[in-house]
Amino acid sequence: MSIRKDFPILARQSRGKSLVYLDNGATTQKPQVVIDAIDQYYQRHNSNVHRAAHELAEEATQMMESGRSLCQAFINAESRKEIIFTRGTTEAINLVANILTQRIKPGQDILITELEHHSNIVPWQMLAERTGANIKAVAITDEGELDLDDAAAKLTKNTALFAFTHVSNGLGTINPAKVLIKMAQDVGALTLVDGAQAILHLPVDVQNLGCDFYVFSGHKLYAPTGIGVLYGREALLEALPPWQGGGEMIEHVTLTSSTYQSAPYKFEAGTPNIAGAIGLGAAITYLQQQPIAELVAAEDALVSRALSGLQQIDGFRLIGEPAKRSAVISFLLEGSHPNDVGTLLDQQGIAVRSGHHCNMPLMTRLEIPGTVRASFSLYNNDEDVDRLIAGVSKATTFL
Amino acid sequence: MAVSMDLEELKETFSFFDDWEDKYRFIIDLGKDLTPLADAEKTEANLIRGCQSQVWLTHQLSDGKLHFQLDSDAHIVRGLSAVVLIASNDQSPEQITALDLDGLFDELDLLAHLSVTRGNGLRSMIEKIKHIAAHS
Repeated sequence: MSIRKDFPILARQSRGKSLVYLDNGATTQKPQVVIDAIDQYYQRHNSNVHRAAHELAEEATQMMESGRSLCQAFINAESRKEIIFTRGTTEAINLVANILTQRIKPGQDILITELEHHSNIVPWQMLAERTGANIKAVAITDEGELDLDDAAAKLTKNTALFAFTHVSNGLGTINPAKVLIKMAQDVGALTLVDGAQAILHLPVDVQNLGCDFYVFSGHKLYAPTGIGVLYGREALLEALPPWQGGGEMIEHVTLTSSTYQSAPYKFEAGTPNIAGAIGLGAAITYLQQQPIAELVAAEDALVSRALSGLQQIDGFRLIGEPAKRSAVISFLLEGSHPNDVGTLLDQQGIAVRSGHHCNMPLMTRLEIPGTVRASFSLYNNDEDVDRLIAGVSKATTFL
Repeated sequence: MAVSMDLEELKETFSFFDDWEDKYRFIIDLGKDLTPLADAEKTEANLIRGCQSQVWLTHQLSDGKLHFQLDSDAHIVRGLSAVVLIASNDQSPEQITALDLDGLFDELDLLAHLSVTRGNGLRSMIEKIKHIAAHS
């Protein structure tokens, strides 16, 4: 059972060899049905949404809003009003950081973790600068897991917000999101979960998790770039002010003041990424037609096989040994820089990421310049794993 | 620099490579032959920030010629630094200003390494060398 044939790009070559694409943590490839959905939209339905009373506008609006409903169902949000389209995870976090400005008081704590991607660090630093709040971070263990005792110590009545990643993009650690959310709720803190790396690999049910905000990007879910989702609890969204002002988000405007729409439109100023939302809907529909549990189990088996093969290689050093690992293997080869390994794999037609993965504080904590990261998706196969192991093995002969 | 090869020899050597392996083994060996910078010279001031790998550059002007020393924490970038040095070291600032290093990397089929997105600091290193030459 393979979904590989659905992704046309996987048939291409790279550096004269068949492509081995293991940079899925950065972005995933797109199935033909998603490419077709975007193509069809522009060929047959393109129009601005929510406004004009003509047939094309009706079609475009219906298609985009159906994308919203599909997102709602995909993460089991209670209402479609809780699904705000953004450019991606980064914009979703920035949106939350901005609309919380009035709520955060000087001296309060914003808690993050040492595992976070820069996009779940920098917007909070900017919020802290605006409000006089403090940034604190939950420490990790040497294995790359969150230290839950440290989380318990740092979550206090003074914590305004706890923002953490569901899955670490640098190490693949799966965090116990539900436990962490409960701990934050017990002290009255708001919670934001960065789901960028989790959304394809874990079942996400926001009602079961109980978080206030959950964010993810479409492009890590076989959808196009430039579209993502901010989930927010409806009552909270209604109580929070808008961020960007403009068309689409207003109810009534005079020259001196305006009243706003309710969520989600209050947070979607300007013409949205209509084709992106339709592409995201198509990606979710595609995923719903696949035996996801079976595919994720096969992906887990591939990651385990890759790990045991790589660990036979002299000089291979695994970075991060969490008990629960998602589809990410981060490593170094003794005596070399991750970029050397990345270049040598690239020459063999193997696409991985090398560097700090927008995890500079994590790399500083681990005292390494970065890692080589092989990140898997549901279309990777045994041949990809064999080529990776052979490719890394060959790279060691250069160094 | 301990690399004892001139630019013509370098180009000739590259012309014999018919696969990527020989070429990259050679580049890495060039880097290994490069005299490392002393730790004391690997200062913040001498650091050229790439996004990922780091490059350090020092220079001296004597008898009208610029002498550079380069080092990096990555093997391939060190090797590519050696290529830059073979092309530019111990020449007058005017000669260095006139050098077409992009053309050279293109000729050696290494131009992709100069792309900004590589984040390896090579592009910034070349800009720094050109800047030093223009202000010497």
